[in-house]
Formats: sequence, C-alpha cells, structure tokens
Amino acid sequence: MSFITCENVSFSYENTSVIKNLNFSVNQGDYLCIVGENGSGKSTLIKGILGLKSPADGKITRGDGLKPNETGYLPQQTPAQKDFPASVYEVVLSGRLNSRGLKPFYSKKDKQIAIDNIKRLKIEHLLKRSYRDLSGGQQQRVLLARALCASKKILLLDEPVTGLDPIVTEDMYKLIEELNKNEHITVIMVSHDIKSSVRYATHILHLDGDRTFFGTTDEYIKSPIGKYFFSEDTQNV
Amino acid sequence: MFDEIIKMFSYEFFVRAVIGGSLISLCAALLGVSLVLKRYSMIGDGLSHVGFGALAIAAAVNAAAPLEFAVPIVMIAAFFLLRISQNGKIKGDSAIAIISTASLAVGIMVATMTTGMNTDINSYLFGSIIAMSQKDIIICIILSIIVIIMFVFFYNKIFAVTFDESFAKATGTKAGIYNMIIAFLTALTITVGMKMMGSLLISSLIIFPAITSMRICKRFKTVVICSAVISVLCSISGLIISYQYNTPTGASIVITNVCLLIISGIIGSISDKINTKKYAK
Repeated sequence: MSFITCENVSFSYENTSVIKNLNFSVNQGDYLCIVGENGSGKSTLIKGILGLKSPADGKITRGDGLKPNETGYLPQQTPAQKDFPASVYEVVLSGRLNSRGLKPFYSKKDKQIAIDNIKRLKIEHLLKRSYRDLSGGQQQRVLLARALCASKKILLLDEPVTGLDPIVTEDMYKLIEELNKNEHITVIMVSHDIKSSVRYATHILHLDGDRTFFGTTDEYIKSPIGKYFFSEDTQNV
Repeated sequence: MFDEIIKMFSYEFFVRAVIGGSLISLCAALLGVSLVLKRYSMIGDGLSHVGFGALAIAAAVNAAAPLEFAVPIVMIAAFFLLRISQNGKIKGDSAIAIISTASLAVGIMVATMTTGMNTDINSYLFGSIIAMSQKDIIICIILSIIVIIMFVFFYNKIFAVTFDESFAKATGTKAGIYNMIIAFLTALTITVGMKMMGSLLISSLIIFPAITSMRICKRFKTVVICSAVISVLCSISGLIISYQYNTPTGASIVITNVCLLIISGIIGSISDKINTKKYAK
C-alpha cells in the first residue's frame, strides 16, 4: 500500500480541464518531484493531494496509516507573511494545530515537539526572533520546521527555493535530502528546476498535457520528454 | 486637573461613554490585529458605511429598535464583503469602495428626504459622547464578553489562519469558518460602536491600534495584548479630550491614536537600528 495513490485522476480549473487521467503513487521514503510549466496543473494537483479539492474524475487515496490532515505542507509564501509580527517559536508551534482538534491550547508535548524540530533544523538561535526580521532562507527553514511539526511521515513542498540565492538554495536542497535519506521522511516537491529535481529526486512527475510522465528519475532521463527538457536545461547552464 | 477628572466621572453619561468606549475599543483592537494582518482592514471601513445606511433607513421607517435592525444587515454585508475579498475575479478593494460609498449615499438620501440631517444622523456620522444609553452599555458588555471568550478560546486557530491560511487548511483547520466568525464579530462591534465613534471614523479603532503595536512588538501575542491596551487608553484619553474641549468624540479618539502611531513609529525605527547593529555580526 502506498502513502498516496492517484488513479485516473482528472482536475478541471474554471471549467477547463488541466489534468487528465493522471496515475501515480508515492511510497514511503520516496522523493518525488513534480515539474511542469506554469498552468500545467501543479497547484491544482497539490490541492488535490492535500484534500482541499476533489478530482473531477478518478480518485486519490491515502494508505499506510496516513491520516487526511497529516501532511507537512510548505506553501509558497504570501507577501502579507513576509512582514508578519510573530516569533519563530509561535510559527513553528502552530504546526501542531492538527493534533489539537477542538482543544484550544497546546500541550507540553506539542511544545516539546516544536522545540525538537527547531533544533533539528538548527534554528535555535532564532527562537525568539521575529519572523519578519529573518532572511528568506531562514524563513523557509522556520516553515519547514512547522511542516515537520504537522507530520513525521510526509512533506509536501511547494517551490521551496523560490527567491532564494544560489548558496541558500543549495543548503535547502541538502537539508531536504537529509530529511529524506536519514529520517526516511517522504518528500513531494513541486519545482521549476528540472536539473536539481533530477539530481535529488527518486521519482519524477512531469505534468505536460498528453505528454505527462511519471517514473523513476533514471527512466525520466531516458524518456523523450526527459531528454528534451533535461538536455535543454543543462545546455542553458 | 484631578478635580476636573473626578467631576467628569460624576456625570452618568460620561461614565457610560468610558465603559462603552473602552469595551468597544477592546473588541475592535482584538479583531483588528487579525483583519489588518490578513489585509482585510478595508472591510471594517466598508461595514461602517453599510451600518450608517442601515441605521438611516431604520430611523426613516421609525423602527422601534434601530440597532437590532442594522446588525443583521451589516452581518450580511460582512458575509458578502468577505466573499468578494476572497474571490479573485472581482477586485476586492474597488468592490468594497463601491458598496461603502453606495450605502453612505443611500443613507444620506433617505435621511434628508425623511427626517432631515438632524442631530441623530449627525451623531451616527461623526459620533457623540452622549450617545450611549443604558441599553447600549448592556449590549457592549455582552458583545465584549463574546469577543474575548471567542478570541481566547480560538486564539491558536486564529493565529494559524491569520499567518498562513493555506497551511491551516492543509492541516485540517476550517479557515473559512474562522474568517466568518471574525467578520461577524467585526460587524457587531462596528454597529454597536458607531453611535459613539461615528461611522466615518469607527474603522480607525480596528486599524490604528494594530498598526501601532505591530511597529513595536515582535510576537503575535504581544501585538494582540499591546493593541488592546493601546486602544483602551486612546479611547479613554480621547473621551476626556472630547469632554474637556467639547470636540467630537470620534475625531478626538482618532487623534490620540494618530499621536501614538507616530510615537510607536519613532520607537520602532530606533529599535530597528539597534537590532541591525546587534545582528549584523
């Protein structure tokens, strides 16, 4: 049984279908990169995986004891967030909200988990700093710590390196790789960057209408669409 | 000076105004932090104009209880304004401007054609220190108890929804419901507070304290507490000024808020400079 299975899934957005008959599955320990042009349906698919949007056709199932709200989601940042007055601790702790149900306050255990994840991502020194005073890379680490508070099993990252400089981008990729390899956390990452996706991911889902591809990274490099995009990408570098 | 203040508080209307004003500013400040951070502060402005229109119509048809007539209308407006802001197709800010100016116009038309621009209408527009009746105070107390309980009970959820709606939704928090709760409570606060603050100025109670405390506080919890304190202090000092110099209540309270905003701006930029030095290394 896989964590997430998509069977013949179709999505439409404002009455036009963006994804047709999509099939793929994510198993524990996988590192899946979802790539594709703007408008290829990446954001819609994320909403589908999170259960915020039901597919027009087909079904998305969760298995292996993965609960519906147990996805560590790292959304793209909104402009309003960048100057939000909240301490790093407050932000990370809010990741525990899904464990609370209707109970209004966090328990000692929640607070401990928040602190553990802050240490895990090596941002203890930022604990009391205000989120808005941090650099882009630091903010992403904080949001990643929050995502880890929400789930120990699976992370869903929506373009986590957008707007980061090359060195910080590399750090971020390394960090995600460590979480995947050493802590066996399943990673689903939406990305624009095909080169890095091929470098780090175990599986690739390339959304591109009828040419949509899903398979392991090795298969992707050999596939026509992979050859086309990957070689084009490397030539540009 | 001291005698003056004691004398002030010997008037029943002034005590009522202080109690009512403090409670309303407290509610508005709590709700305001979330509204301002979510970029919804214009909703408060829109609602106050809708409230004016509704109260003018209530006065025209001689409704026995204008407030009870206006509250549901403003709540419905809150529902639609929130929908508009969340819907990408219509530009939220212009839609809010259309609704707010339209209801202001309707209110003034109705008022001039029926009762004329009497003192009642005038006090709804600009606020009045003697507007608070015994019944208004009771409504204020009930309202503020509801707002405070809701805020404390849902504090962590409100924080999560305010900071990051997508994440909150993804982890199973019904963000839409909390947005609605905030919008309805805002509608209630605005309608009740309008008599004293005036519909043209009531939205300042939502916006100013939040902005002022955001400039100096770094944590969400301190922002909330600080804006509640600032808001109550500004209202009381505004009321004293209003009484002493016979100025309109709403405007006096806004002016005290403006002063504090300037002060917090100065403090904020000084502490920013200190912090940049501290973390530069």
